Amino acid sequence: MTTATIQAKSGKKTRVPRARKNRSAGDWLILALLIVGGLVMLFPFIVLLLNAFKTTADYNASGPLSWPSEFSLDGLSKFWDRVNFPEKVWNSVWTSGLVAVLAVILSMFNAFALGIGRVKGRRWIVLLIMLANMIPQEALLYPLYIMFKEIGLYNSQWSIVIIFTVIQSAFGTYLLSSVYGTFPKAILEAATIDGASRWRIFKDIVFPISKPTLSVMLVFFFIWTWNEYMIPMAFLIDNATQTVPIAVSSLTGDRLMDVTTTAAASLISLVPTLIFYLIFQRTLSRGITTGAVK
Amino acid sequence: MSKRKTPKSSGQAAVREQGMSRIPGSPSSRFWLYLIPGFLMLLWIIIIPAIWNIYLSFTNYRGIKPPTWAGLDNWIRLFQDETFWVSFRNSIWMIIAMVVIPILIGLVLASLIFDVVQKKFGAKTASTMRAIYYFPQLLPIAVASLVMGWIFRPENGALNALLEAIGLGGLQHDWLGKPDTALIFLMLIMIWIQLGYPLVIFMSGLQRVDPELYEAASLDGANWWQRFLAITLPAIKPEIFVVALTCTIAALKVFGPVYMLTKGGPGTSTIVPSYYSYTQFFQSQQVGYGAAIATALTVVIVIVSILFTNLQQKVEKEDEE
Repeated sequence: MTTATIQAKSGKKTRVPRARKNRSAGDWLILALLIVGGLVMLFPFIVLLLNAFKTTADYNASGPLSWPSEFSLDGLSKFWDRVNFPEKVWNSVWTSGLVAVLAVILSMFNAFALGIGRVKGRRWIVLLIMLANMIPQEALLYPLYIMFKEIGLYNSQWSIVIIFTVIQSAFGTYLLSSVYGTFPKAILEAATIDGASRWRIFKDIVFPISKPTLSVMLVFFFIWTWNEYMIPMAFLIDNATQTVPIAVSSLTGDRLMDVTTTAAASLISLVPTLIFYLIFQRTLSRGITTGAVK
Repeated sequence: MSKRKTPKSSGQAAVREQGMSRIPGSPSSRFWLYLIPGFLMLLWIIIIPAIWNIYLSFTNYRGIKPPTWAGLDNWIRLFQDETFWVSFRNSIWMIIAMVVIPILIGLVLASLIFDVVQKKFGAKTASTMRAIYYFPQLLPIAVASLVMGWIFRPENGALNALLEAIGLGGLQHDWLGKPDTALIFLMLIMIWIQLGYPLVIFMSGLQRVDPELYEAASLDGANWWQRFLAITLPAIKPEIFVVALTCTIAALKVFGPVYMLTKGGPGTSTIVPSYYSYTQFFQSQQVGYGAAIATALTVVIVIVSILFTNLQQKVEKEDEE
């Protein structure tokens, strides 16, 4: 019942079956096992949470697993001031956001030609595009460094945006062209008979129908770019251009930082991605066939 | 031959024979236009730098003076280098930890959450479950490694503290710092990081499945395992391929956690090709040799990917018939 109401309220078209009350012992057992597994997955998070609000003295006295004896925001404020956290969040948000959008668009263009258009030799083209994913990043670092220095984009976040748009769209092209390969043929044919051009088909048919997959990709690209480490570390040398992971990891080499500060820094650094993910959880749940013929 | 096929599949066969698009009257060659932006970007960011890197692998380059041609020196050295081969052996362990185990567990989890939790406990419970298992993927590798290194460290680490607390203090160990456990614990960390990715992809694939199929199967008396084999598995085959290939590539070039947690050690017990080439590039300043390792790694990944998409194509073809 509750599920049905929620579905109705948010106005989704998906047909998520209503939760049934006839749950067997086996169902409860499965749920219990999944919860235990979930606790294991969250264990590091719980440890972070326990230690982020302790004082250093408290941690030294009682170790990592005890409840904080007093609630302290010292670690958090130390990190916040030291790295100018809001600036780092903003850097991360706009680079990751732009990469996510651009990479989705680029993937769609590629996948439209490969999956729907079925251009000749598409398998080799997909492999060629996948090179962006295959080549270890350290192999690209030197050449990219020289190229971006040459055009004056070194130490600019635009270099990160351009590089990761290409790298992420390789995965997007692969996933999407494999999904478009199974695109309902009847829809495409009907549209052509109605006189729709390729561009119209792309924009008005393929795009809306593949929105669920596109939004999964958008979430992935945002999070993956947010979490990138090696290339941003090498390309963003100014403190003012750096992203969140670089700011956090700079703490590890810093002897002055204590465990509780590191815990607080790690915790706070994942809050923005966590919020982003929770917002898009809903998008992820939407049915992939929304609006399509069966 | 075509007489025995359904109209749909014979149509597709005809399309393939003529090399035409699936949109009638719209030859596939016209779709090339849509590949231009992607191709130009790829050329600039990936292909030219990659060729540059291959060139560097034939030079003596130390990052300061201009590179000098060295012929096959780096490549001959590579094939005789024990550490290089050890690093590839460790890659196989990484494939087990990042591809095989996450896909197997991910399949079971996805279908349990989709087929049991969502139906019996509601969509909210199901999406909460998925969010929890996806959680490690949200952490930057730098942060995930930081936390894990701290949990497994010898003094004051959370695992050792936990063992102490439950009276098993004798089992305490330097989990990532000793050769006997470093690799296996690195693998456990990779499983933990990777699991959420196949889960989310598989669950989004499962949403294409008509729920009535499951209901019909249940009414016919199919148990969970039978439904899993007959409905779930075939339905998300495209996603399984995507996940398997992308994870294999990721496993072959895994770098971050090794760099942050073990630095390839102790000794060479956790060294991987990507980390090995990184040390040559940026620590030993042997850019030419680092480029050779990176190129060799790329060749291996390309070969694996070709074999893989071959298999994928074969399976897709069989499905269409």
